[in-house]
Amino acid sequence: MKKLTSAPYLLWMAIFVVVPLFMVAYFAFTDQSGAFTLENIIKTGQYTPIFVKSIAFAAISTAICLLLAYPLSYILSTMKVSYQGTMLLIIMLPMWMNFLLRTYAWQTLLGNNGIINNLLGVIGIGPFKLLNTNGAVILGMVYDYIPFMILPLYTVMAKIDKSIIEAAEDLGCSRIQSIIKITVPLSIPGIISGITMVFVPAISTFIISKMLGGSSNLLIGDLIEMQFLGNSYNPNLGAGIAFVLMIIILIVMAVINLIDKSDSDDKVLM
Amino acid sequence: MKKIIALFSAFAVCVSLAGCGTGTNEAALDVSGMDTEYYSQLSDKGVELNVANWGEYISDGSEGSVDVIAEFEKLTGIKVNYTTYATNEELYAKMRAGAADYDIIIPSDYMISKLHNEGMLQDIDFGKIPNYENIDDKYKNLEFDPENKYSVPYFWGTVGLIYDKNQITDDNFGWEILWDEKYADNLLMFDNPRDAFAIAQNILGQSLNSSDEAELRAAADKLREQKPLVQAYVMDEVFDKMAASEAAVAPYYAGDAVTLMDENEHLGFVIPKSGTNLFVDSICIPKTSKNIDAASMFINFLLEPEIGLANTDAVGYSTPNKNTFELLDDDVKNNGISYLDDDFLNNHTEAFSVLPDEADKLMSELWTSIRSGE
Repeated sequence: MKKLTSAPYLLWMAIFVVVPLFMVAYFAFTDQSGAFTLENIIKTGQYTPIFVKSIAFAAISTAICLLLAYPLSYILSTMKVSYQGTMLLIIMLPMWMNFLLRTYAWQTLLGNNGIINNLLGVIGIGPFKLLNTNGAVILGMVYDYIPFMILPLYTVMAKIDKSIIEAAEDLGCSRIQSIIKITVPLSIPGIISGITMVFVPAISTFIISKMLGGSSNLLIGDLIEMQFLGNSYNPNLGAGIAFVLMIIILIVMAVINLIDKSDSDDKVLM
Repeated sequence: MKKIIALFSAFAVCVSLAGCGTGTNEAALDVSGMDTEYYSQLSDKGVELNVANWGEYISDGSEGSVDVIAEFEKLTGIKVNYTTYATNEELYAKMRAGAADYDIIIPSDYMISKLHNEGMLQDIDFGKIPNYENIDDKYKNLEFDPENKYSVPYFWGTVGLIYDKNQITDDNFGWEILWDEKYADNLLMFDNPRDAFAIAQNILGQSLNSSDEAELRAAADKLREQKPLVQAYVMDEVFDKMAASEAAVAPYYAGDAVTLMDENEHLGFVIPKSGTNLFVDSICIPKTSKNIDAASMFINFLLEPEIGLANTDAVGYSTPNKNTFELLDDDVKNNGISYLDDDFLNNHTEAFSVLPDEADKLMSELWTSIRSGE
């Protein structure tokens, strides 16, 4: 019975996840005529600086998301239950709008003649170069992806049994100690899934860097997009780059999961 | 249970919202001059037509203009699925990927010959397009279609420099301004290889159709040298950025410049005297089309003088349709941008032709390396 009910999902996964992965691999290891080649993978080496930059941007954005989202999720989870829903709604509200539009809005905010610089101009400072900078790209990533960090963190924290914290405080833990010794270790699964959900889309984003990054902020996602949608049409190279990127993400995820495991071994639970 | 009902009703709301169409406000179009019998041939057959066009390249009913697609649908009963693309290369990629089965495409010159060389276009039966006679002979027998077999000119134009009059007061400049340190981080550049290379090639005195490896590499070096000065590589984003004075100067197509200048008095346009690229965008029917009669009818409709006028007013490009040209206002005919004198057109403009595969590949690779370099 269990097998029968899972069949549609397995079929779905096979058609829309496994087959496309094999297609990426196929294109990555063939040339335009379909013959086997390693050239696409080797050529990817030329773009090492872009890989490094993309990974750095994604890592920085993920770290900022975590730093901002963690206290917020904690505060949220300790609020009165009736407020929590409303607060969550407010956090999710911007996500109801298409993310392209939200990124586009930053263009008008950050531009040389944008709203921020105009306001600064009124009090006599600026204009500052805000748009087309590294900072703008990271800001865009943080802004677009932070809900994906808040949601898993909040969900995990809301589920922590309050009696454990009360017990810790009864036994003489201060508030800070109970956060460090109880809440943080117990929320690690949320941290892990939050990092995954922010890091993976951030590392492969292309539109944020394109809209906010200017001429020198080409990221790996832009490079892949260029190979497929036009400007320099070479789907084999595009698949090669995508393939290498997948392997990098896989390694990063494996490392993160390793941390998760080693942590859960010496968990503080009684 | 309550939750399930709530979920279900939320879903129902979504579905019913999706079902509601948005109302259109149609501008009046006089169809009395058109052959309604010809256009009603397919009215009851439930035909759908897949049209792919450049963005901002048709009169779409905004600001009280004629909604050309809606008028066509009303007149013929054919349903049009309209999609847009931003560059010739994007259109090519979509067609090569096999994901799109277009009935009508409107690529530029060099892309037309590339598509034709690769057997992706079909010959057009001009017997089904009586309005073809409206096309001025100047725009027939062009390099990319020497025997007029597979393309119908839609618009033509040139490339020039849009500039912000508040930041650049003297309009006596050429392509070199895009390498001027004074405008570092204050200039925009084409985000497609062919147009970007053409500017470098013009400065270096090369042919815009050079397939010589050394020449292409020299042009690439020129573009690489320019990169630190470039604020952003853009296509249609030019509209917003120049309108908001985000940059001082940007190369773009003359037709779009006319549209932009209509709405923004602080913008000007210069066609460099050293010469420029002349492009012709033509309507073609891909081999994959199954609705050739409907496609021919659509082409014929676009060639109606009034439809041509509506499109010309809306997009600002130059029309190859002589009957449409007659209908234009004098200030459009003589604005110095849209319709240039024959001497300049003959001696200082060059149309793109398709590059040999090797050169095309080299240009793509060079472009990727320019864009991805530090």
